[in-house]
Amino acid sequence: MSIPQQSLFASDPGTARRRAAEARFRAYGLGAVLVGVAALLLLLSSVLSSGLGAFWQTRIHIPVTLAGAALDPLGGRDPAAMRKVTTIAYGKVIEAALRDAIAQAGIELPLTDAEIAAMLSKEAPAQLRNKVLADPALVDGTIEVSLLANGRIDGYLKGRVTMDSAQLDRNVTPQQLLLADRMLARGMLSRDLNPGFLTAPDASDLRPEAAGLGVAILGSAYMMLIVLGLALPIGVASSIYLEEFAPRNRWTDLIEVNIANLAAVPSIVFGVLGLAIFINFAGLPQSAPIVGGLVLTLMTLPTIIIATRAALKSVPPSIRDAALGVGASRMQAVFHHVLPLAAPGILTGAIIGLAQALGETAPLLLIGMVAFVREFPAAPPEGFFDPAPALPAQIYNWTQRADPAFVERAWGAIIVLLGFLLVMNAAAILLRRRFERRW
Amino acid sequence: MYDMGMAQSVAAEAAGKVSARGVQVFYGTTHALRDVDIDIADRAVTAFIGPSGCGKSTFLRCLNRMNDTIPGCRVLGDIRLDGEDIHDPRVDPVQLRARVGMVFQKPNPFPKSIYDNVAYGPRIHGLARSRADMDVVVEKSLRRAALWNDVRDRLHDAGTGLSGGQQQRLCIARAIATSPEVLLMDEPCSALDPIATAQIEELIHELADQFSVVIVTHSMQQASRVSQHTAFFHLGELVEYGDTETVFTNPVDPRTENYITGRIG
Ligand SMILES: Nc1ncnc2c1ncn2[C@@H]1O[C@H](COP(=O)(O)OP(=O)(O)O)[C@@H](O)[C@H]1O
Ligand SMILES: [Mg+2]
Repeated sequence: MSIPQQSLFASDPGTARRRAAEARFRAYGLGAVLVGVAALLLLLSSVLSSGLGAFWQTRIHIPVTLAGAALDPLGGRDPAAMRKVTTIAYGKVIEAALRDAIAQAGIELPLTDAEIAAMLSKEAPAQLRNKVLADPALVDGTIEVSLLANGRIDGYLKGRVTMDSAQLDRNVTPQQLLLADRMLARGMLSRDLNPGFLTAPDASDLRPEAAGLGVAILGSAYMMLIVLGLALPIGVASSIYLEEFAPRNRWTDLIEVNIANLAAVPSIVFGVLGLAIFINFAGLPQSAPIVGGLVLTLMTLPTIIIATRAALKSVPPSIRDAALGVGASRMQAVFHHVLPLAAPGILTGAIIGLAQALGETAPLLLIGMVAFVREFPAAPPEGFFDPAPALPAQIYNWTQRADPAFVERAWGAIIVLLGFLLVMNAAAILLRRRFERRW
Repeated sequence: MYDMGMAQSVAAEAAGKVSARGVQVFYGTTHALRDVDIDIADRAVTAFIGPSGCGKSTFLRCLNRMNDTIPGCRVLGDIRLDGEDIHDPRVDPVQLRARVGMVFQKPNPFPKSIYDNVAYGPRIHGLARSRADMDVVVEKSLRRAALWNDVRDRLHDAGTGLSGGQQQRLCIARAIATSPEVLLMDEPCSALDPIATAQIEELIHELADQFSVVIVTHSMQQASRVSQHTAFFHLGELVEYGDTETVFTNPVDPRTENYITGRIG
């Protein structure tokens, strides 16, 4: 049967059907993409709207007179002696200063001293104490300070706390919110950018306004260093061996199957393994980046091996033949020709593996990386053994706290985590482009 | 039938550079090459002809032990280069391949610059002592491969950016840069246009002054133009081997005649 002859311009029924099918298929494809994009937008907008607030913090700006009698009773301005003065003394100084400032500003509201003091964060005395200990010459002078406001006041400025909710809240009264309004109007209160969210350590349940991600970011960074330092060389070396040198036999088949299986093992299993082997058996410290790093290395290895082997496989065999043909050894062929061509793929695989490891939470919960840690770990390598939480574990931890202010911080931490992931993935793409351009 | 007398007469008239006796090749259980005996002359061009899949490339790869790199491939028999067994355990295939160069069917330049492509062999074998030495080697090789005039101004451009024919000539330049004694060429012109083919044939002709050249080709005309000796393979056997002229004008085996006259293949 042949195609009946007719004008090219006339469309036959077959053509019409084919076109309709193609149009339908395109519509499905476009629809699928749109659903994906919409889901992503929804996710991003909800993350941003819930979490951006954490990057701003309400502060109270007042002049404080640092009475030497209270803060340096011995009068020698000796830091060691001044260290003996606790935050309680500083608290009293600040509370007095705040009362004075309010009176000075002519704000008259029926508030008790305790209610006025509660406008400030419980962290505020420590803030002032650190400042004075850093510079004892400030004592007996009057300085302008910006102190953290209580989380509820911060929540009021961010819309989380309202007059109605304050009525039912034991921790804040509508009168305090009115005071916040007045102070805001007089510039004694303001919402500013909060670098402490990225640099400060975690804070206790009672002072969400002071909690930051500093230690968690360091903990995660240490773990990533360990993962990069172990998983990349081990993964690349084993891939090169398996792909380029190993004989094809039952053993290498077995190894192959196991690597594929390892990649599919649920992460919690790696956590149990880490707990059993690294902590209980090897006696490594709990909550330490070294253990987290080792566990994540185990998890990342299959990803890196699979990506590296795929990259090596994609190098055309004719390149190996060419190298061997001019008398290069196997190793020279691999290191001079195959590896440079596979490098972009290997790097991409490594960064994606690392990004996965950065976001991994379940195994970290098991090895104690959710611990409450306020001490910054030391510089590596000793710091690898100091306790520190990890970013995703910190997020989990904050969502478990009672005060809703921590929920905002958890969302903020999610933004930080996503930001890191975005940077890593962008780096993967950039590196790939860069290396690929060098044919 | 394989004519033993013919092979011996060829071996007698030119000292055999490479001699093979009873070579068998298996790919897994496939018997790809049966009992090949051949003496390849020095400073001459030997052509391997035969229908596709008859084992020409397989035999060519035996000569520089490239078959070692194919998993599941087994080579039996005795192959000697200048009388030395290339399968002797003391032989490093790397050294062998520096002496027995190879040009592949598909041009496969390294994704590096033209200069680096040619310089790679001399570099890993330590054949050039200085940068200037290397420049000389590169220029000489490119000139002999009839590529110098095309690329002299862009030695540091990508070798992969050249045309197909230029790429093949680059691969030839790369292969001759280490001054091998034997040059194996597997259908080097199969992807080339007539002009590039003519240039490469010219080049093969010149190379035969110094090297022993073995070329696999599907073109009878090419075989008769460039070679002094021709070997005809059929279904894994070496059917006939002798002077090119004799093989083409007066073949002994009917299979050779059928192939040459276009009745099989
Ligand atoms: N790598 C390989 N693995 C398995 N069989 C192969 C391989 N290379 C070649 N063969 C087989 O060996 C025979 C000879 O192939 P080859 O030497 O490439 O033929 P030619 O070059 O003469 O066309 C063919 O039957 C082919 O299928
Ligand atoms: Mg072939």
